Amino acid sequence: MHIPDGYLGPGTCGLFYLIMLPIWTAASRIVKKTLNSRQVPLLAIGAAFSFVIMMFNVPIPGGTTGHAVGGVLVAILLGPWLACIAITVALVIQALLFGDGGITAIGANCFNMAFILPFCGYYIYKAISYKSPVDSRRRVIAAGIAGYIALNIAAGVTGFMFGIQPLLYKTASGQALYCPYGLNVALPVMLGEHLLIFGWVEAVVTALVVKYLQKHSPELLAEGRKI
Amino acid sequence: MKITFKLWIFIGGLIALSPFGLLLPEHFKAGSAWGEWGAEEMRELVGYIPKGLEKLSSLWSAPIPDYTFKGWEGKPLSSLSVAYIFSAVIGVLVCAGAVFILGKLLSKKE
Repeated sequence: MHIPDGYLGPGTCGLFYLIMLPIWTAASRIVKKTLNSRQVPLLAIGAAFSFVIMMFNVPIPGGTTGHAVGGVLVAILLGPWLACIAITVALVIQALLFGDGGITAIGANCFNMAFILPFCGYYIYKAISYKSPVDSRRRVIAAGIAGYIALNIAAGVTGFMFGIQPLLYKTASGQALYCPYGLNVALPVMLGEHLLIFGWVEAVVTALVVKYLQKHSPELLAEGRKI
Repeated sequence: MKITFKLWIFIGGLIALSPFGLLLPEHFKAGSAWGEWGAEEMRELVGYIPKGLEKLSSLWSAPIPDYTFKGWEGKPLSSLSVAYIFSAVIGVLVCAGAVFILGKLLSKKE
């Protein structure tokens, strides 16, 4: 889901930097108001977790690869705004140090994986777990469903970004300038592979860690969490 | 044991296992992720390299490209796995370091 340099035109890249700017500003404001210095270690773990879980490429035999983002779990534990910051850090480092995701596409990639994903995941988890007790099975299932749906929404938006490029940018002769695949290909492929395989990876990772924390550190899952 | 310590051990375990993210796709002959092809792969797929893509794709030269060292592309999988683990360690340390600095700047003192 890491869009490389050269797949999105300058307008699309610029637009998503512009969209992310107020989101990042709001995130740092909210974090400034609410972040307790004792939460910083957990935030660091969140960024590190998201970074390393994205290295676990899962193959579709003979085809392509994909991976979980871990962002829904981070959002469940730290809230969506902190998750946004943690995942942004991971994505920027992936782009700068490892060339995973483009420099020009940092805005777009952060929109998908550091904004859409944790926010959708967080609110789906909240809605499904509702007022169930912290140690309930319902919370584990809620975490899994939230992981699955949120990763697929993010993949769908990524597919949409890819897919509109040939409409926006082409040469006089009709050749694409950036991503050559239109919505009819990009959207079903991105959605299909995540619905079939990668969404389940996010679901399982999210649910298992929530289950583990219910046993070993339920205070992390409780509202108004303190560390 | 504090939960943060346990979680760091968990991250350490993930780092140690990270080469699976390299070896499994290799074993099942899965190519690049969809939409993350290099310029040459793109030529094979659609018959040409989109002009804008050609220009932008070489914009940034990452110090540890694709989680391996420069010039290690053809090395055996064992070496690539070592580079992969090294990348995971560097990535985790830099992520945690960046968040610590950000967090200290943003958080309330107690």
